[in-house]
Amino acid sequence: MAGNWALSRRRGALVQRGAIFDRVRSFFKEKGYLEVETPFRIPAPAPEAQIDAIPSAGWFLQTSPELCMKRMLSAGYDSIFQICRCWREGERGVRHLSEFTMLEWYRAGADYLDLMKETEALVRAAASAPRVAYRGLSVELTAPWERITVAEAFRRYGGTTPEEALAEGSFDQVMVERIEPQLGLCRPTFIYDYPACCGALARLKAGDPSLAERFELYIGGLEIANAFSELTDPGEQRSRFEAEARERASLGKAPYPVPEKFLSELASMPQAAGIALGLDRLVMVLLDAASIDEVVAFTPEEL
Amino acid sequence: MYTAADLRKGLKIAIDNEPYIITFFDFAKPGKGQALYRTKLKNMMTGSTLDRTYRSGETFEPANLEDRKMQYLYKEDDHYCFMDNDTFEQIHINEVSLGDAKNYLIDNLAVDVLIFRDKAIGVDVPNFVNLRVTQTDPWVKGDTSGSDSKPATLETGYVLRVPPFIEEGELITIDTRTGEYSTRVKG
Repeated sequence: MAGNWALSRRRGALVQRGAIFDRVRSFFKEKGYLEVETPFRIPAPAPEAQIDAIPSAGWFLQTSPELCMKRMLSAGYDSIFQICRCWREGERGVRHLSEFTMLEWYRAGADYLDLMKETEALVRAAASAPRVAYRGLSVELTAPWERITVAEAFRRYGGTTPEEALAEGSFDQVMVERIEPQLGLCRPTFIYDYPACCGALARLKAGDPSLAERFELYIGGLEIANAFSELTDPGEQRSRFEAEARERASLGKAPYPVPEKFLSELASMPQAAGIALGLDRLVMVLLDAASIDEVVAFTPEEL
Repeated sequence: MYTAADLRKGLKIAIDNEPYIITFFDFAKPGKGQALYRTKLKNMMTGSTLDRTYRSGETFEPANLEDRKMQYLYKEDDHYCFMDNDTFEQIHINEVSLGDAKNYLIDNLAVDVLIFRDKAIGVDVPNFVNLRVTQTDPWVKGDTSGSDSKPATLETGYVLRVPPFIEEGELITIDTRTGEYSTRVKG
């Protein structure tokens, strides 16, 4: 009867988590998406400066399935989704697990604005309710959701501009301390058009190369998803990777091998948009969980 | 020496040569950005608090505290009395300095009293302590309300959530790092 009380009392959350996953899968299948699986263990993760992969017998555990899924796009799989585990070294807190569950999907022919609409529909389908109670807030899920540019968010909530914050090295701190707590309080918020340097795999905005076609979704101050209109120029992508690799080196971080197969196949990738959504976080919002620990069977500390 | 990745609630570090305890900790990492370690720190000497955000790569010195093995004796007004079992010296620490540790102090509990510049400024209690339940409502067999926990009051006055099957008078183990129920003591 006693057993593991912490685990047994999560039954309600885990049953609801399973139901949410079922609704997410149904959503994509009804839209004609193919559910795919790509390897968790890979030789060369995308070289992003601030994301650290966990080594695994000479290779790495994936930090996201992005590169393999884009290779599938290049090979003609034009609407694909995946629900998988990802690993990021050193990320642990009430909103972070070093091993977490990602929902990632890609659609050929779409751009980031199309994905905003699709994300709205997905979250509504996952919630199966018109509003969600989260951390004392009542967040309205019926359209239209708030859309605010990064520049406007910095002006309105940050008391600075993205350019100034980047120059001072305080961009992330302003986001965390001043902007994020204001996002998605009444309705979910898309914050979009990031400075070009903040999207290593994103296409630059048509007509304004100082910006990347990237958005993030926030609900109740919690970051849920990150999306791009995908960069499909192999030369540009290689030089972005080199810049990220230089930044990694300057931070004293180990280099990753260059993902050559991805780069060589990128030339055949169609225009597409893609998005990575933290499913544990979405479950947190839908279940009004204060900690990510409440929506998984085991935390690393419990193993 | 600690790194930013070691920071957590309850850790004691030195800032400007004074001892601080982390009373709130939050790991944040916006978008594709850098890891930020947000803390609230309490000066263990003065009780004043600070908000500080740290980044990966920063390092910290442990608070330079001496710890003495002592035994908890009794409470008098808002002071708690401890005794060194070798020298029989007794010292008093006030309730504010004790923080959450006061929830676990039962007679004769062995603790580490923390000393800074010859002054007792806090205690470390064991990670796990056994405490008796003095009040909790009975569990009705066949209860279908779906409630998975209920409040219980312990002999120290501390109130926490316990499984429904815990009964008054039972001894339970508390994890003092989280303040939460851990297991029932088989007896």
